[in-house]
Amino acid sequence: MKFSSRNLAKRQYVIIGVFVVVGVIYLIKLFSLQVLDDELKQSADNNVLRYVTQYPARGKVFDRNGELLVYNEAVYDLMVVPGQVSKTIDTTEFCRLLNISKESYVERILKARNYSKIKASVFVAQISKEDYAHIGEILYRYPGFYFQTRTIRHYPNAIAAHTLGDIGPIDQDQLKADPYYRRDDYVGQSGIEKFYEKELRGKKGLKVVLVDVHNREKGSYLDGVLDSLPVPGKDIYLGLDAQLQAYGERLMHGKIGSIVAIEPKTGQILAFVTSPTYDPNLLVGRVRGENYNKLLKDPEKPLINRAISGTYPPGSTFKMVNGLIALQSGSIIPATQFHCSGPGSTPIKCTHHHGPSPDLANAIENSCNPYFYEAFKATINNPKFGDIKKGYEYWYQMTQKLGLGHKFDTDIPYERSGNIPSRAYYDKAYGGRWNSVTIRSLGIGQGEILVTPLQLANIAAIIANEGYYYPPHLIRSFGDTTAIPEKMTTRMETGIEQRHYKVIKAGMKSVFEGDHGTARGSKIPGVTAGGKTGTAQNPHGDNHSIFIAFAPVEDPKIALSIIIENGGYGSTWAAPIASLMMERYIKGYTDRPAVEERMMNGVINYAIKKKK
Amino acid sequence: MTDRNSIIGKVDWPLLLMFFALVLIGWLSIYSAGMSEEYHPIYDFTKFCGKQMMWIGISLAMGFIILLLDAKFFDAFAFWIYALVVFLLVVVLVYGKATKGATSWIDFGSGIKLQPSEFAKLGTALALASFLGRQDADLRNRNTRIGVYLIVFIPAALVLLQHDAGSALVFASFIFLLYREGMPYAGTLMIMTAVAVAVFVLTLVWSPKVMCIVLGSLFVLTLAYYLYYRKKGIWTMVALFAVYFAFIFAVDYVFYKVLEPHQRLRIEVILGMNDDIKNVGYNLHQSRIAIGSGGFWGKGFLQGTQTKYDFVPEQHTDFIFCTIGEEAGFKGSLVVILLYVGMLVRIIKLAERQKLAFSRIYGYAIAGIIFVHVAINIGMTIGLVPVIGIPLPFLSYGGSSLLAFTIMLAIFVKQDANRLKIL
Repeated sequence: MKFSSRNLAKRQYVIIGVFVVVGVIYLIKLFSLQVLDDELKQSADNNVLRYVTQYPARGKVFDRNGELLVYNEAVYDLMVVPGQVSKTIDTTEFCRLLNISKESYVERILKARNYSKIKASVFVAQISKEDYAHIGEILYRYPGFYFQTRTIRHYPNAIAAHTLGDIGPIDQDQLKADPYYRRDDYVGQSGIEKFYEKELRGKKGLKVVLVDVHNREKGSYLDGVLDSLPVPGKDIYLGLDAQLQAYGERLMHGKIGSIVAIEPKTGQILAFVTSPTYDPNLLVGRVRGENYNKLLKDPEKPLINRAISGTYPPGSTFKMVNGLIALQSGSIIPATQFHCSGPGSTPIKCTHHHGPSPDLANAIENSCNPYFYEAFKATINNPKFGDIKKGYEYWYQMTQKLGLGHKFDTDIPYERSGNIPSRAYYDKAYGGRWNSVTIRSLGIGQGEILVTPLQLANIAAIIANEGYYYPPHLIRSFGDTTAIPEKMTTRMETGIEQRHYKVIKAGMKSVFEGDHGTARGSKIPGVTAGGKTGTAQNPHGDNHSIFIAFAPVEDPKIALSIIIENGGYGSTWAAPIASLMMERYIKGYTDRPAVEERMMNGVINYAIKKKK
Repeated sequence: MTDRNSIIGKVDWPLLLMFFALVLIGWLSIYSAGMSEEYHPIYDFTKFCGKQMMWIGISLAMGFIILLLDAKFFDAFAFWIYALVVFLLVVVLVYGKATKGATSWIDFGSGIKLQPSEFAKLGTALALASFLGRQDADLRNRNTRIGVYLIVFIPAALVLLQHDAGSALVFASFIFLLYREGMPYAGTLMIMTAVAVAVFVLTLVWSPKVMCIVLGSLFVLTLAYYLYYRKKGIWTMVALFAVYFAFIFAVDYVFYKVLEPHQRLRIEVILGMNDDIKNVGYNLHQSRIAIGSGGFWGKGFLQGTQTKYDFVPEQHTDFIFCTIGEEAGFKGSLVVILLYVGMLVRIIKLAERQKLAFSRIYGYAIAGIIFVHVAINIGMTIGLVPVIGIPLPFLSYGGSSLLAFTIMLAIFVKQDANRLKIL
């Protein structure tokens, strides 16, 4: 024992003393906090604390002119805290008021209790203002129950259901993905409600209120130091023009298909029509579930947004793409002529009647099939690429730059990418032995090519802009100064010179203005437009009627694509509807009532026709 | 091996029972604190209490293995263990630079993370015990003291570099064992530190001017006492007062220049200089409401309201005591504090009956560590100590902390069980 002389062992008592003294000090402090201090115990006696979620107002949505598209209406959730429910309440009257059965009452209480005894659950969701007033009067007799205000969406114009999207109860995956959400929350499920969920939702607040034994709220607990105010969501201004959108929906009535109109200089979508559509007010409130199932079972599939989920062969509207790539690769010049023997041409027949040797502009005006087959062949066989496979790869790359074969991935959920077949695809399909005849259909926009109406409208916008585009998107701005995502304001170049676009544009102008133009019957009084008809072969039934266009030619303000499923020729339905849309947008009115009436009343519903 | 069969009979059961009681209370409190979310079974491994159960299993298994090891192992390997934890602290520092934020964790992948600073205390305790337990070690000797300083300061500095001031503070707990082992002025240092803390607090509360007057009057009285009774060491006394006077003026500087803003705020809050009820003061206010609302009998298991709903932050880790205070009331607080004090006194008593200096010193080391943890953690929840984030031993949620404390205790229990074999 080294230090025995100093008797260090006695020092243990000093140390034990320190431990014990600190323990005693802490116990005295705890005794005063827990037993003597009454202020901190308010909640432990007769009062209970109620934690009321303060739901923020979700951001409103406006169109490009400030017209209100979506706003909020108050509804009331009846909440229950199972641990506070008295066993002696008159459930018969309560059930009668709520219009639920006694079994349902028990089931709901059990479900809530299963979730938590001390935490509130929704007992009856989304009670109307009238019922709320009624039930509110007698609620004091039912401790453990209280009302919580929340909002549901309302759509004054009842337009653009797919674009605006809907809000539905949160599912398990969404709940796990973001800790912000709680079990009874609602989140955007489609459209901009889904894409801009984070901006629109705002931030929930919390209010802690003291409630006495009579189920009366006695005000904020501790003067509200624990409360947090909800932060309202951001408003959103869309590029959509509500008037044009409503007009488009009326024109598309009774038809299946879509209209996509884009402002070429910004890429903002002006009209986003899919038909058949539905009233967005059907998918809010207590009727949502029932209506949703009804829409889901509808054989015409009104829930699908055909403008992004429908993929179609572009038909003759694809001829501009082939013309542009052929020009850029130096495979043709504007004056190049190819021979056309009309219906006797090989390997592709011509379906139009025109002179025997059209040049490029003529070929667009007349939609000459052999011309564009030859131009496509000249491109992929161009000696400068070495062999046809490298030529095809060049062609493929150019289509990608023109925004085809892939998603734009901006702010439109559930977009599809369409299809531009890759070289590898043909190598596999034909065992490596293929040539320009094998894939001749690509020259006229048939075969494996599939595009979405959105991609097609973007082609029109590219031609209108003479060489560039902004990825098509819905948002114009937020209600505050937040910048919109950079992707949507990034100018995309196509790698094709402006002079080539001028030739194509001239050809498209003559589609309206030329003597043989396939849309000469849809000229707009006072506005010079450019366009191109398309008639896509459809193995399942009548051909699809397609049209792409832009106007005015000098300074395009609108570019669009129209697809009418089973509508036959492009000039029959799609072209007149396109001309009306452009006229309406540019002039603000239309003065061709006969055309308008014919288009609005026309019914080309293949499903209905086939049934009859 | 007869040792293996008899180990159960030789361990100190009172100490182990207190340990089991604390672990059980901790686990139930973590389960209760996690109840605010949807209903889930108590063994759900994705939840805190399920994970804690897993860690309890691992810790008990480790503890049991330690009881089976040779008692001499820890003395023999103390420096290697120490070298390993220092190495891990360096690793976490280097690795932590690469991954922003969590600088005190080593991630082993698949969700297993370790906090080396929790094990650094254990390693340092072993190294100190082994170093001071040697025959030639004498704390009156300068070389021995330099050795002690090095052993403590290296890990403490590394922990401080991780910006974990709370854990670094725990290294001060070794003052208890140094005092017990007879380091000159260790006792004086403890008293002086206590006085310095008092001066610091009072200077901030009263302002330097008032503090000067108070200390000045105190000095005059002491001087008069020394002169009147012709006491020795008057110059030491004068020098001491000079240091404290200088300290008064240093307080302002330390407080506003040396401390980081969040540390300053925490001190301001505890001294009532700043309410700041929404931010820093929020933790304190919430935890006091939770504990205070428990009353004498508590609200009952799982019936707490304050410690759910995310009102009390970190309610399953550093603020776990709130759940106990709210749901078990004063009687619960009493039980927990009695368990801790009982455990500490028991460790000291067992340490004093050791024949090996290593075992005794080690016992004092871990008693100091546990004491500082408990005092800071509970003191923080009831507003006696500024908010410093260190866990409550055996109770707080967290694998590293539980494992490190269990190993710490198990080594001591093993040393104690072995004491009769030492001739």
